[in-house]
Amino acid sequence: MLIFQILLNAIVLGSLYACIAAGFSLVWGVLNVINLMHGSFIVLGSYLAWGAYNALGLAPWTSLLIAAPVFFCLGYAIQRGILNRVIAAPVLVTLTLTFGLDLMLNNAMLVAFKADYRQLVLDPSLGSLSVGSLVVPIDRIVATVFSLLLTLALFLVLRRSRVGRAIVAVRMDRDASRLMGVDVPSIYATAFGLGAAMAGCAGVLLAMIFPISPIASGSYLGKAFVVCVLGGLGSVPGAVVGGLFLGIVESFGSLAFGPEHAITLSFGLLIVFLIVRPQGLLGKQGFE
Amino acid sequence: MKNRIYYGAIVLLVVFGCLPLFDSSYALRIGTFACMYAIMAVSWTVIGGFTGYPSFGTAAFFGFGAYCGGMLINKGWPLFAAAGAAGAAAFVSALVLGIVLLRLRGHYFAIASLAVAEVLREVTNSATELTGGGMGLNIPVSVTGSNSVMDEASFFFWAMWALLLLTFMAVRVIQESKLGFGLICIKQNESAADMIGVNATIYKSLAFAFSGVFVAMAGALYAAWVHYIEPPDVFDILFAVKPIVMALLGGLGSPAGAVLGAFVFLGIEEMVWRNYLQIHSGVLGLLVVVLLLFLPNGMMSISKRLGLTGGHRG
Repeated sequence: MLIFQILLNAIVLGSLYACIAAGFSLVWGVLNVINLMHGSFIVLGSYLAWGAYNALGLAPWTSLLIAAPVFFCLGYAIQRGILNRVIAAPVLVTLTLTFGLDLMLNNAMLVAFKADYRQLVLDPSLGSLSVGSLVVPIDRIVATVFSLLLTLALFLVLRRSRVGRAIVAVRMDRDASRLMGVDVPSIYATAFGLGAAMAGCAGVLLAMIFPISPIASGSYLGKAFVVCVLGGLGSVPGAVVGGLFLGIVESFGSLAFGPEHAITLSFGLLIVFLIVRPQGLLGKQGFE
Repeated sequence: MKNRIYYGAIVLLVVFGCLPLFDSSYALRIGTFACMYAIMAVSWTVIGGFTGYPSFGTAAFFGFGAYCGGMLINKGWPLFAAAGAAGAAAFVSALVLGIVLLRLRGHYFAIASLAVAEVLREVTNSATELTGGGMGLNIPVSVTGSNSVMDEASFFFWAMWALLLLTFMAVRVIQESKLGFGLICIKQNESAADMIGVNATIYKSLAFAFSGVFVAMAGALYAAWVHYIEPPDVFDILFAVKPIVMALLGGLGSPAGAVLGAFVFLGIEEMVWRNYLQIHSGVLGLLVVVLLLFLPNGMMSISKRLGLTGGHRG
């Protein structure tokens, strides 16, 4: 039965990873920018959930409705105002630029919220559900369901909406889509905004489960990296597959080698994948 | 024309070596750090500037060198032998690792090199018997044999400074050699370079190894200097990012620019540290952003505008 319990935990973890990575993967795939602020966006989303709950009494799933537009606007503004200026520059410049922005954002959070861990404690607590010998807290189920729904929503936006089709077109061929009348800078900003909104929402959901601190941003960012590479870049199904895969590997890896080796395992896996299968589990060959 | 900057930089570096005459341990400490970061930035230029591969491996090399050096010194090796061994070990490992990792390009290579540092840190953390694990590694041996604080500070300053001179000249030799020419070809167009007979795999791996060897030696010196190292300290991601910012600040692909960038960056950082302790990382971030938006070609581009250097070399 232990196997099933671990599998269940792996799925919970995996769906959250998918939600963390979906926006990151979108930005990386469409803009060819690695957004090092992603982890800080997630933490900021957690603080938003914490503040909304403690000050206004809003449950985290309600705060999603605030987080999504707020983070979309933030991301849109950052892309429009700053990143679009250097979007054609080499990899190194965009990477270093987002690093600089992340230093600022993270420092601002440290000053505003201090490095203390905070915990969003739902009152009354949702309790837990047990089926046979399987036990799972209900807040985790809620977080899992919402993160999968959010990821599905992103998928549908990219698949069905006009803006989404334009984003995909820009990813496939920027010059051709410009010739077709797509306003590329604005699509870039929209894609970055969507990525930021996904990060903020993921942060809101994570606040229900994990303690909140600015120093957690690096580890969230690391997860996003690994999931993107495992699943394949720039596709929402890739993020889901990669997230679940990482969740399973980490959960069973902790069981087999001990929890202190989980990070080594995931980064080791990252290097192996980069070398053997850089296009990821679902990716197509040929994308750099 | 193009050699003027190079000789100018050498002269300035030699003058910088007179720092211990001021007899201030504070100046020596800053000076040693400046040399250490300059070694990193100049080394990074080989892989990042000449070859155009965005390597984040500097932190991995530094930590690797610090632990190799620290463990060897604790075994009774003399400092310079330990530093040399650390450098040699880093060179060989980087060469082998490079053959595998450098098949990746762009972001993928950047992430893979970043992951190497993460893996090394975690491995160091868990290999408690060998490295002391999370408790860190004490290097209690005093390599100078003198009890005076100033003597030791001067000694490590000169050691780091000499290593910087060595690094700078070695990188310059690489730049002027066939290897350097091949690396610049790879940066411009790797497939074309391959076509005209540049063995890209070997060249890139050599570049990666040369970007590691001096950093590892600097790591060994650092370990002996501070007497105590721990994994999050020496495998710090900032050791990977700061040299890049310094090289960008100076001007990408120019060793003299990298030294200049390192010194200027550290000067600014020290000022920010002193005056804005709470928000120093935010101010640094702002600096990076402003630099990239308004001076994308670095400080060497200013001298180019003034007609001091021709072409893209400096």
